[in-house]
Amino acid sequence: MSAQYKLIHCTINGKETEKMVDVRASLTDMLRNEYHLTSVKKGCEVGECGACNVLINGEAFNSCIYLAVWAEGKNIQTLEGLLSPEGELSDIQQAFVEESAIQCGFCTPGFIMTAAEILNTGKLYSDDELRKLLSGHLCRCTGYENILRAVKKAMYRRLGKEVDF
Amino acid sequence: MYDMKALYEAESVEDAIRLRVEHPEAQIIAGGSDVLVQMREGKRAGKELISIYMIDALRGVSLDEEENLRIGSLTSFSHITRDPLIRKYCNVLGEAVDQVGSPQIRNIGTIGGNTCNGVTSADSASTLHAYEAIIELTGKNGIRRLPIRDFYIRAGQVDIAPDEIQTAILIPKDSYENTWGHYIKYGLRNAMEIATLGCSVNVRLSADKKTIERCRIAYGVAGPVPMRCPSAEETANGAAPTKELAERFSSAVIDDITPRDSWRASKAFRQHIAVEMAKRALSRAVELAGGEMK
Repeated sequence: MSAQYKLIHCTINGKETEKMVDVRASLTDMLRNEYHLTSVKKGCEVGECGACNVLINGEAFNSCIYLAVWAEGKNIQTLEGLLSPEGELSDIQQAFVEESAIQCGFCTPGFIMTAAEILNTGKLYSDDELRKLLSGHLCRCTGYENILRAVKKAMYRRLGKEVDF
Repeated sequence: MYDMKALYEAESVEDAIRLRVEHPEAQIIAGGSDVLVQMREGKRAGKELISIYMIDALRGVSLDEEENLRIGSLTSFSHITRDPLIRKYCNVLGEAVDQVGSPQIRNIGTIGGNTCNGVTSADSASTLHAYEAIIELTGKNGIRRLPIRDFYIRAGQVDIAPDEIQTAILIPKDSYENTWGHYIKYGLRNAMEIATLGCSVNVRLSADKKTIERCRIAYGVAGPVPMRCPSAEETANGAAPTKELAERFSSAVIDDITPRDSWRASKAFRQHIAVEMAKRALSRAVELAGGEMK
């Protein structure tokens, strides 16, 4: 028989941690239920919508189709990890606020974590490239244009440039 | 929670082979972007899984002693696209797998899983066929290698013995050397889309760029398994790269392909776009090879 539970060690938002996890759990289940990181949304749960997106070793993954046991030894970052210790918003979140890139907000944490992966490359992308890089997320309030502007604005600012829409 | 009966985690290839023998009913899971979705949908609910995802030895791209490109089966699509060796020797494969699903799917999805699924629409499949890729399987009696066209048996069924896992995909040096390719995916939207048809063409031109020395073309979704087009290739091999050739070449694909009607597209439509895609992919491949379609 295979074990039903397994001790999983990983780093979540900069903190080393370990928990007994049900081997049937998805990473979404683990992050929400064991660590109460509720920015990780349960949307489609089949890897289509991107609402559960988190960074694992710096790359964006839909945590709903990622087994919790695969988190062993990994460095995981969720939206909660973007806030400064004083609770201030990150530059990406600030740009989302400024560009009204939020309506109901359900897709927002996922989009922002993909934006974090994009901006961490330090590259300047064209609008078409950004659209492709953001294409793993669904926003049913249809706020794509503002989301694109927010990511673009944050990207330009990080590179020390003023954005010209 | 996933509705799985049991999860067996392999830490090495040997471990995976042992688990395969011990649990013959279990399904192998690599990145899981198909298996877990099917489990969620109920198709694979209640099944045992053997996870090979944590076997890091199966990740990465290298050149083997014969300078064949060796792609570890667990290499993700995004890592293939970014890999310097792929970009240098078989850029078309990187471009093809960059059209799978979405960025997050390309970070989890593996080339091994893409081929072991045995589906004709896999974005890697037509390019791997057009480069005559070799599939490497490892079992309890060692390594077995077979051409990708023999690996695909029928829709959803590939040649993996009960004690084997796929460990690598090789692109032979003879396939990529001095060869340039182009892949076109026809879909109704750009992201999270299954190909209506996929077409991959590669060419090797003579030194003066005036003759196509070798042309290979393969399709996905033009039949139950990915397929090459021998009649079309015959028209192009040894011919001059001209617009007239592109016409003859592309109309010849109709003799080779066997698309069907499905809810995604009709047979007639698939035949129609197959011709156009062959024409465009050939022209682009010739351009990439430094030639000119006269």
